[in-house]
Amino acid sequence: MSCQYLLLLMLSVGVSTVEVHRPRGVPLSRQFYEEDKPFTCLDGSRTIPFDRVNDDYCDCQDGSDEPTAACPNGSFHCTNAGFRPAFIPSSRINDGICCCDTTDEYNSGAACQNTCDLGRKEREELVKMAEIAKEGFQLKQQLIHEAKRGLEDKKAKLSEIQSSKKDLEAKVEALRTVKETAEQPEKEAKGRHMQAWEQKAIARKEKDKAKMTEVFLELDDDADGVSVAELLSHSELDPDLDSSFTEAEAQVLMGGEDKVDPASFEAVWNNIKEKYLSESNADIPAPVETAQEETPVSDNDSDQYPEDDIPEEEEEDDEEDEDDDQDESDYKVPPTERTKEKKDDDDEGTMPPYDQETQNLIDAQKARDEFDEAERALREVDDQINLEKEISFDFGPSAEFGYLYSQCYELTTSYIYRLCPFNRVSQKPKYGGSETNLTWGKWSGPQDNIYSVMKYEHGTGCWQGPNRSTTQVKLTCGKETVVTSTSEPSRCEYLMEFITPAVCQEPPNLDSGLHEHEEL
Amino acid sequence: MPRPNDTTVAECIILERQVVVTQNVLRCSPLSGFLCRMVPVLVLWLAVCLTGTWAVDRGNFKTCDQSSFCKRQRALKPGESPYRALLETMELTNTRLTLQLINDNNKVRLLLELYRLQGNITRVKINELKPLKPRYEVPDVLIREPPTEPLSLLSQDENGVVLSLGSESQRVIISARPFRLDIMEGSDVLMSLNSRGLLTFEHLRMRKDTFSYKVTSTVASVWDNIKRTTKEEEEKVEDGMWEEMFKSHSDSKPNGPSAISLDFSLPGVEHVYGIPEHADTLRLKTTENGDPYRLYNLDVFQYELYNPMALYGAVPVMLAHNTQRTTGIFWLNAAETWVDISSNTAGKTVFGKMLDYVQGSSETPQTDVRWISESGIIDVFLMLGPTPKDVFSQYASLTGTQSFPPLASLGYHQCRWNYNDQEDVQSVDAGFDEHDIPYDFIWLDIEHTDGKRYFTWDPHKFATPKEMLQGLKDKKRKLVAIVDPHIKIDSNYKIHNEIRSRGFYVKNKDGGDYEGWCWPGSAGYPDFFRADMRAWWASMFAYDKYEGSMENMYTWNDMNEPSVFNGPEVTMHKDAVHGAWENRDVHNLYGLYVQMATADGLTQRSGGVERPFVLSRAFFAGSQRYGAVWTGDNAAEWDHLKISIPMCLSLGLVGMSFCGADIGGFFKTPSTELLVRWYQTGAYQPFFRAHAHLDTPRREPWLFGPENTALIREAIRQRYALLPYWYQQFYHAHRTGDPIMRPLWVEYPQDPATFAVDDEYLIGRDLLVHPVTEEGARGLTAYLPGKDEVWFDVHTFQKHNGAQNLYIPVTMSSIPVFQRGGSIIPRKVRVRRSSECMEHDPYTLYVALNLQRTAEGELYIDDGHTFNYERKEFIHRRLSFAKNILSSVNLAPDAQFTTRSWIERVVILGASKPSKVTLKTAGECFAFLACDVDSSLVPCYMLAN
Repeated sequence: MSCQYLLLLMLSVGVSTVEVHRPRGVPLSRQFYEEDKPFTCLDGSRTIPFDRVNDDYCDCQDGSDEPTAACPNGSFHCTNAGFRPAFIPSSRINDGICCCDTTDEYNSGAACQNTCDLGRKEREELVKMAEIAKEGFQLKQQLIHEAKRGLEDKKAKLSEIQSSKKDLEAKVEALRTVKETAEQPEKEAKGRHMQAWEQKAIARKEKDKAKMTEVFLELDDDADGVSVAELLSHSELDPDLDSSFTEAEAQVLMGGEDKVDPASFEAVWNNIKEKYLSESNADIPAPVETAQEETPVSDNDSDQYPEDDIPEEEEEDDEEDEDDDQDESDYKVPPTERTKEKKDDDDEGTMPPYDQETQNLIDAQKARDEFDEAERALREVDDQINLEKEISFDFGPSAEFGYLYSQCYELTTSYIYRLCPFNRVSQKPKYGGSETNLTWGKWSGPQDNIYSVMKYEHGTGCWQGPNRSTTQVKLTCGKETVVTSTSEPSRCEYLMEFITPAVCQEPPNLDSGLHEHEEL
Repeated sequence: MPRPNDTTVAECIILERQVVVTQNVLRCSPLSGFLCRMVPVLVLWLAVCLTGTWAVDRGNFKTCDQSSFCKRQRALKPGESPYRALLETMELTNTRLTLQLINDNNKVRLLLELYRLQGNITRVKINELKPLKPRYEVPDVLIREPPTEPLSLLSQDENGVVLSLGSESQRVIISARPFRLDIMEGSDVLMSLNSRGLLTFEHLRMRKDTFSYKVTSTVASVWDNIKRTTKEEEEKVEDGMWEEMFKSHSDSKPNGPSAISLDFSLPGVEHVYGIPEHADTLRLKTTENGDPYRLYNLDVFQYELYNPMALYGAVPVMLAHNTQRTTGIFWLNAAETWVDISSNTAGKTVFGKMLDYVQGSSETPQTDVRWISESGIIDVFLMLGPTPKDVFSQYASLTGTQSFPPLASLGYHQCRWNYNDQEDVQSVDAGFDEHDIPYDFIWLDIEHTDGKRYFTWDPHKFATPKEMLQGLKDKKRKLVAIVDPHIKIDSNYKIHNEIRSRGFYVKNKDGGDYEGWCWPGSAGYPDFFRADMRAWWASMFAYDKYEGSMENMYTWNDMNEPSVFNGPEVTMHKDAVHGAWENRDVHNLYGLYVQMATADGLTQRSGGVERPFVLSRAFFAGSQRYGAVWTGDNAAEWDHLKISIPMCLSLGLVGMSFCGADIGGFFKTPSTELLVRWYQTGAYQPFFRAHAHLDTPRREPWLFGPENTALIREAIRQRYALLPYWYQQFYHAHRTGDPIMRPLWVEYPQDPATFAVDDEYLIGRDLLVHPVTEEGARGLTAYLPGKDEVWFDVHTFQKHNGAQNLYIPVTMSSIPVFQRGGSIIPRKVRVRRSSECMEHDPYTLYVALNLQRTAEGELYIDDGHTFNYERKEFIHRRLSFAKNILSSVNLAPDAQFTTRSWIERVVILGASKPSKVTLKTAGECFAFLACDVDSSLVPCYMLAN
């Protein structure tokens, strides 16, 4: 009943609705399709009757009879009146998803609405973008101009510097000899002084250790290590001197332990030695062996998952047995740390000033100052010689990126990102934590636009990630020079968005720009 | 735009029609070359020896020796069974035989039940006659109480009984002393139980050092105890019976030893398959020189290949096959299980076998299997075939078939741990459009949640999920978000509070809520064994409960073994308690229940209209009813690509057809070549998803240069063009239980050359795929089965004869796929952005003629996403080509469905150019067809609109 109807329909597709007689999805500019004449596929592969053009069946291998979904790899032209015309892949015809003028959905039953008006917004956006590009491009011209002039200056300066460098080097060498001669007596005197001091320090330390051993034995009544109770018998050790020396206070002095053996007593000793009053003046016992403090080294693979919030399976397995016991002790401050603090405060540890005789010898200052000054002058010259390196950088086809050299740009989120073009990129947590640095690698945009992406390399590696992390800096055109965003698309690979006028291209005529990709 | 109303179009298109082709001449392409298959086999073996530098930490997982019941059971060697059948206790009703067995050593009695089930299945159940407390019997796996058939007594004497199994010539012989059970057909023994005397049943007993034991022993069962302890030798208490340690984990074993074991002998069998999940060859190996195959759902970090270690899922089903018959053993037990396999021919070389043959000393080959489980009862279904497909339908009659998934889920899935935020999702989505690559699903892993609290969204990264979902929906695409079964213990988390207040958490041995460590930190595990818990869980997927969800959002259940980072073997303690049962009894069932409850939730949220899609990592027998599974956390290595084939084939054999492996490999970073080859392989496997670890670089298809983008695009497009065939396969699997991805031997059961093949496979009956899985391959050798078959290369249409090893030169674009002569395969060649975009597109029929110049195929069409097919809303037609006429018959005359699709083209392979083509349709429809005679591509193109 309706098969014929269907067939008629299929044949009439090309002519029934479109106001101009041309195949659906073909722009007006195309002259290949002439009604009533047999159609030859554009690749010349065959000729078909015109009623088989646009009948939703693919006859031509190149798809030229059917800019619809019937042929693969074709493209379909949406006029998109009021907006910009576009070619869409033929596979998107009648798929229920509309282009703005809805002409692609002529047979899908999709409830399409012409939204090309909405496209105006996009058009306005494009106009704005073009405006920016235009201004940016002007800025770029300026940059190029400056870069050119700067380069000439730099080159001139470089040759000037290179010639003066030699003189300076000679001067530095001469002054170095003078300085070293003057410094010799001073150095010897200082050395003598230092040696004497060190010997004294060793003697003092030994004495202290002997005292410690003595006290340990004195405290340890029952020869099973010093306990809190034993410590309590020395009320002079009460830290707050409130006349009640409590167990808790004693335990603090004991570094949280109930009992310590000779090996761990050193920590306790450091806490009590200032106040401790000996019970008797017994003989100093033979020195005991120096105790070695050991903090348990956890031997696991936790660096596989560097972030703490991700529990790692293997690690859990290996440690699960110890977890319970460790949990409590983990919170305690290991005794060694306190010891260190104490030592640092110890004012006995500072070397006394040089004696007068030594001081008198220190008259090499003048020679030193002269030498330093000469050396500084040479360094400055050397710095300027770095111009050589600067000149050697690839600052773009017209050196337009040169102005970025020796500048840095920052962006702060929960991290502080710092981009110093042609030098490095760094990332540092806002609140504490170590900085990650990557160094300048190369331009790495696509072949036709190599100056659109910078690559920084040699960051630290990541577990199962690449050996070294990298950062891509994507450059887009704008009036300012600013880092706008950073992200980590996959672990250890960072992406930074950077706006600079230096990448602005001459804006094409707006209208013609919207007509790109016209070729089939 | 006028267009005839849809119904009439559909009717016209699909109604009976005949295409008459005249002047056919067979086009033959004789092919040369027999290449020896030994070559690839050797290479593979070498590769096995060289791997192993990077692998699982084996120390985290038990060997048989470290699992006390396995060690105890395995210490028993074959010999005379202590069990004796007490024939005087036999009771035979129409449907059931019961009989007591007694262990002569300890006088403990067992009850044997034997049923004849419909469809050539025999069920054997053995339990303690009077257990101290009930032993676990697995619920919810069988789709119903299996219908029985009459049993009749043939003969009986003091040595045993003979029963007839239904109408066939099958008999069961129960021998009394020692007890053994043989199933015979004619004079052949199909299977023997306890023939090696390995039946054991560790009866439940009182703990001797406890108060309760002392009380009991003085009061209630004095007599029993006298019997047990005075008359018989005192039971030996071995280490690990009442308490067991593994690493630092203690298993309190309040019920003591409870293991069961039974041996099966399979005379005439040299090939056994199944018992997934293992990263091993398709053909199971003998286990005499190592550990048995283990079935215990575990989250194995960086699993190792080619060994019998347990993995994420467990299906206790084994198939046995020889040229005469296929049988199956379904051991319905959810506890930790070990399967030992031995064979009397395994040690022999081909030469040795020949020598036996020449000298006439050959004994019948035989495979012996032994199942050992930690607790529960023996409940075993002997599926007696005789054909592979009979076994599939027998198993399907017990546990159901593959769920019929939404068509879109057969498309390509783009996954990564993790797509970082909504912008990321949007830009990946746009990337597919920009590069003109189709895809249907984008996936969100755990990072999308608010601090690993499932059912929530990260408030910054995924602030407006519905906006994101709508954006995908506008392009007819979908999203999957992960929901794992470990629940963060956090009093500000609604889901946790509800589960806790309802008492829905699994309990620890002391009765408190069980807590383990997983992604969110400290977590509870909902007790999915409770029906009320599952109902509540399902209700959480309602659109108003699961905030930010929409109808194009589906679910992924990961970590449902369950994974417990700080638990023994990275899973739950065996003495954790689910209702009345220990995890020990039920363990392997947990994952099934999670997926079941989730799938129910997705069904219910649409009022039962829409089909769910749920991917699960853990599974058990019956999980096929709830969705898809994948092979877990594999790695970006060539061997992992290769193993994806036997792993999915083994799953298919036990009913789980919707299987795939992470494309590209989850851990590590694939080379570009490996990635491309993996796409090409995955495009021809049922579940087609790319996935990657958080710490690996991005690998969306367009990141490897235009050439590789094109190769990947082409592989994905081939998948989309074939979606009608895939969908039809799923419909078929849903109806019958046949595997979709199937080993060659399933279709060529009499060709021993196919029995161990696992580097190529069939999709349905008609497509043979031999993916390129070797690095730097320049060619490969595919075995084309079938003496009377011809096979057509689907890309070049070149014809090859069956029963040959065909050398195929390959380039990077090659995906060797062959269509069987005699088949008709529907394709949709207008590949679009997503499968839904292709819904109304026309079909192209690829008719490949066999030597008789005939072909047959099917076409199945429905709406692709609802349950309306259950209400007969579909089109199912048989297409046949014979005598130069292509015709179609309605296979479901009572079904009705309207489609706007039509058949636009018929491509006939193996015929020559017709001079004339006509189209006939029933009723009034009639039209002239033009034949595309100019085409140089194929013998004949026909226009059929």
